[in-house]
Amino acid sequence: MIRTALLVAAKDLRIERHSRVLLWQVLPFGVMGLVLSGIALGPTHAGHSSAGPGLFYLVMLLVTLLMINRSQAIEGSSGTRASVATLGLDPAGVFLGKALALAVELWITGVVLLAGAVLVLHTALVGTLQALPSVVLILAALAAAGTLYGALSGGGQGPATLLPILALPAFAPLLIAGERSFSASLHGATLWQWWVISLVALAAYLAIGILLYGVLEDS
Amino acid sequence: MTSSPTSIVTLRDAVVLVGGFPLLSGVNLDLDEGTLSVVTGANGAGKTSLLRLIGGLVGLSSGTGVASGIDLASGDLRELRRRVGWLGHEGSFYDDLSAQENLVFAAKALGRPIDEIAGVLERVGLTSRDSTLAKHLSAGQRRRLGLAWILLRRPQLWLLDEPYASLDDEGRTFFDQLIGDVVKSGATVIVSAHDPLRSSSLHPRTLTMAGGLVVGDGT
Repeated sequence: MIRTALLVAAKDLRIERHSRVLLWQVLPFGVMGLVLSGIALGPTHAGHSSAGPGLFYLVMLLVTLLMINRSQAIEGSSGTRASVATLGLDPAGVFLGKALALAVELWITGVVLLAGAVLVLHTALVGTLQALPSVVLILAALAAAGTLYGALSGGGQGPATLLPILALPAFAPLLIAGERSFSASLHGATLWQWWVISLVALAAYLAIGILLYGVLEDS
Repeated sequence: MTSSPTSIVTLRDAVVLVGGFPLLSGVNLDLDEGTLSVVTGANGAGKTSLLRLIGGLVGLSSGTGVASGIDLASGDLRELRRRVGWLGHEGSFYDDLSAQENLVFAAKALGRPIDEIAGVLERVGLTSRDSTLAKHLSAGQRRRLGLAWILLRRPQLWLLDEPYASLDDEGRTFFDQLIGDVVKSGATVIVSAHDPLRSSSLHPRTLTMAGGLVVGDGT
C-alpha cells in the first residue's frame, strides 16, 4: 500500500511539474482572492488582522476545490481509467498517494498564502509562524477529505457544483478548527486542543478513504 | 458456470445496463484462447461495452459469463482486470507525462524491471520520442504508446478498442503485424472496429454487433 501510495504521489506531482497548473493557475487565483479580500475589508489594519485567519481559510477552501478537481481530472478519460485499472493498483494506496500529492500542493499554496496574509491582511508575523503546524495538519486533512469527496462526486467528470455541496459537511469543521487555531496563535492562546482535533480529523478521513476508495472507484 | 478448457470467454444471455439503458441486450458468445476476433458494428452497437464487460471494467447486470477463468457475475473483477490489456480509443495513459515516464509508472506498478522499457519503446517505434509528453504525440504515436503499455504487461487477453481509428496505412500495417505476433505467441486478441480488417495476413473471426447483440459471426 505504501509503495503504491508513493508511486501515485510521485506520478501526480510529476504531472503537476509538467503542466504547471499550480504555478500558473492555482497560486495566482489564491493570491488574487487574498488581495481582493484585503481590498473588500478596507484600509483598517486592525480589522484585517482579526479577519485574517478566516479569510485565509476561505481562500484556501476555494483553492482546495480547484485542486481536487484537478487531481481527479488527472486520471482523465475513461480510456486512461480503464488502462490504469488493469494495472491492479491497490485502491487504498491510490487514495493515499493522491491525498499525499494534493497535500503537498496545498502546503506549497498555504505557505505562499500565509506570506500573503502577513503582507496583505497584516496578520502578526510571529503568530502566523506559530500557526504553521496547525495549518499543515488542517491542509492535510482537507487533502484527505477532498480526495475522498472528489472520487465521490464523479472523479472530475460530474457537475462542477457537486463537489462543494457534497464536501461542505466534511470541510466545515476543518475550516472552523483552522480558523480558531490560527486566531489562537495570533493571540498567544494555547493551541494543543486544535492540534488534537486536526489530528483526529486527519486520521478519520484517512481511515475512511482507505476503506472506501476502492468502492468509489468501482462505482 | 463452467467454460470449456480452451475457451477464454463464455457469455450466455449477457446483459449490461447503465442507468437503466441496455448497452448489451443478451449476448451469447464463446471465444477460444490464442485467437483473433474482430467486433464490428455501427456506433452504439455495443462493441466497446462488450470489450469492457470481458475486461471486467463494467459489471454484468444479468445472464452469466466467464472471462479468463473469472466469473463475471460473482468473481473478482479486480483480478480479471489484472489479466487483460486495454487500449482505449480515447488514449490509455497520462497526457502530461512523457512516453518514458508513462511506461516507468506502469512498469513500477506492475513490478517489472525498468530496463524492459527501452526494448518496448524500440518495438513500437517510439525510441526517438521517449521524452515527448504524451499529449504532444500524434494519433498514431499515441496508439503505439498505448500498445507499449500493454506490451510491458504481457497479458493473456488483449482488448483493443478501435485501435485503427485515425491511423494511416503505415500505422495500420504496424498494428496488423504486432497483432499477428501477439496471437502467434498464444495470447487472445479482441479488436473492435467499424469495418472488417483489411489485412489479408490475419484471419480473424468477425463478430457483427447491432443493438447490443451479436447478430453475425463468421471468418
